[in-house]
Amino acid sequence: MSHRLINWFRYASPQSFYPLAGKMIPWFWMLAALFALAGLSIGFLFAPTDAQQGEGYRIIFLHVPASWMSMFIYLVMAFWAAIGLTLNTRLSGMMASALAPTGALFTFISLWTGALWGKPMWGTWWVWDARLTSELILLFLYIGFIALQAAIDDPRRADKAGAILALVGVVNIPIIYFSVKWWNTLHQGASVSLTRSPSMASMMLWGMLLCALACWMYAIAVALMRARTIMLERERHTEWVHNLLTDRHGQAR
Amino acid sequence: MYWQSVADFLAMGQHGPYVWGSVLVTAILMIGEPLLITRRRKAVLTRLQRQFHAEQADGRRLTRSDESSAPRSLH
Repeated sequence: MSHRLINWFRYASPQSFYPLAGKMIPWFWMLAALFALAGLSIGFLFAPTDAQQGEGYRIIFLHVPASWMSMFIYLVMAFWAAIGLTLNTRLSGMMASALAPTGALFTFISLWTGALWGKPMWGTWWVWDARLTSELILLFLYIGFIALQAAIDDPRRADKAGAILALVGVVNIPIIYFSVKWWNTLHQGASVSLTRSPSMASMMLWGMLLCALACWMYAIAVALMRARTIMLERERHTEWVHNLLTDRHGQAR
Repeated sequence: MYWQSVADFLAMGQHGPYVWGSVLVTAILMIGEPLLITRRRKAVLTRLQRQFHAEQADGRRLTRSDESSAPRSLH
């Protein structure tokens, strides 16, 4: 039991995490490509049309996975931020910073595809209702987190300030998720729910789940890539980065 | 396959601009992000390598001047 604990902490140090992440990234890219290929071909080539919405409903295969990721990445980011605040580990702050831009990207994709879906279905690009407004607030939270960290020179202090912002913002996530239940809105209800069987055709559901898996793999790959770059910058005075730089053939890079 | 023809597929039942507008922006962002990270990573590696070599060269110059001044101070 005890040696497992030690192994776990070993990978919590940037020095051992860096090469491990480097080995994992290509695998996550490969999985992302496979899932995306499967999900998009089911969604765009094989799934039947929607009785109410016609072909425009196919935006769902981008919109729903992006929206899920926008919320989920925020939770993971806040989790790392909390770990960083309580345990004061170096890696957690770097992981939180590495996730924020990807979370912002998915939030933007969610808003953009939502607007392009809303126009033909509701007749408007945007309404100030609970679901859309809280998702826009999520984008501002991500941008605020990135801006706050960028404004503070000392990375450890930047981590702490960012962590507090991230943790306060967590309250927005259940608001986004339950907004379609709590308030009257143009936005349709949840597409997939744990409490009842899905309301959509199984081929549509499979396409959407595969696209969501692809987004997961993408997010992990991209976050690991960014975390590695942040590690290099922050640990530039340490011996392991010096060894890496002198290793000209770059095995470990 | 659900579609009858390529034109049918591209038209998306008159929702083409909305569907393809979503696909295009999503694709640009999700391809652009890893490319930007790779570029930043290369820039960071180049900069750190230059700094590291400069520091090493400084260090060497310092130790050489120390060596040359050391015997003189003995006299």
